[in-house]
Amino acid sequence: MERNVAMIALFAALIAALGLIPKITLAFGVPVTAQSLGVMLCGTVLGARRGALAVLLFLVLVALGLPLLSGGRGGLGLFTSPSAGFLFGFPVAAFVTGLIVEKWRNGPLTIVAGVASVIGGIVVLYIFGIVGMAVTLGKTIPEATALTTAFIPGDLLKAAIAGMVTSALAKARPQSVLSRA
Amino acid sequence: MISLTSPVETWAHRWPAGAKLAGLCVATMVLFAADGLIFHAATLFGCIALYALPGHVFLLAGLRRLFVLWPFLAVIFVWHVVTGTAIEGAVIAMRLITAVGLANLVTMTTKLSDMIDVVKWLATPLRAFGLNTRALELSIALVIRFTPALAEKGGQLTQSWRARSAKRAKWQIVMPFTVLAIDDAEHVAEALKARGGL
Repeated sequence: MERNVAMIALFAALIAALGLIPKITLAFGVPVTAQSLGVMLCGTVLGARRGALAVLLFLVLVALGLPLLSGGRGGLGLFTSPSAGFLFGFPVAAFVTGLIVEKWRNGPLTIVAGVASVIGGIVVLYIFGIVGMAVTLGKTIPEATALTTAFIPGDLLKAAIAGMVTSALAKARPQSVLSRA
Repeated sequence: MISLTSPVETWAHRWPAGAKLAGLCVATMVLFAADGLIFHAATLFGCIALYALPGHVFLLAGLRRLFVLWPFLAVIFVWHVVTGTAIEGAVIAMRLITAVGLANLVTMTTKLSDMIDVVKWLATPLRAFGLNTRALELSIALVIRFTPALAEKGGQLTQSWRARSAKRAKWQIVMPFTVLAIDDAEHVAEALKARGGL
């Protein structure tokens, strides 16, 4: 119990901290925030339930008015903004990512965690994000999809990083990769 | 920890947080259900008036936080001018600013402690389904405490990288960064258990 609470809280803090360090630029200088990488890692490391709870905890704190999203953003306004769909999709994305890593056990972890991050952190997340954009900007689903595709290359890169980091963690701290414990 | 509550004390600071949140929910639903140009112009004007009431410091702080919407407004502008549906575009843009503006207003006039009380109150019925509300409160406190601590450790990692490399730190530091978070978590878990647990 104590261990679950500590892991969930520290991973919520990790998502926040990934947004606070401005110096992390991903390869090719893609100006994407590392925070959705944090969401993927919650799923791949903590597993479905704990990962989703960690992301949910992070979102509760953002909604309470803490400036935890990258660029010092926070507060309730984000949940009615065009990117709100992505925020609502974050916990589901972590859950799906974690579920795939938990169930698919007979492959190399780098590949499994990477593919899980693509399905959870991109496919599932973008479904929520696109619906959110369609509602707030008054666009149809295909129109909203066109508006979001620019971010997909950066996110594919993050999924690859999530896969590599997860398998490295499984070697460095095998007891702590709860999705495989 | 800095929160986004405005230091400019307004009358709304003293209103109950739960009432403000309930009001915000209703207002957002009405905004997204309504379509009229005049209605949305009026609500946007009303929203800006609310920001202006406590004085120019509050107004400027509020407008600065709405400024992040400009890429979306630019997309809407270009889109609707090109497709020749300017009125529809104006409604969408005004609704967007009002919806985000009102929500930010609640954040700016509500103290973090009052917000946490609302979360506690909302979570209480979930006890029946086995949610440990003490664990929830503790984890909120842990995140607030550990976010700056982890950010500082991340900063140290980037500095160590720069001391040893001509290039800037990239994604490679995410792995040691996550290990630091995991080790902190294990220590916190042991400390909690040693002090009687949850």
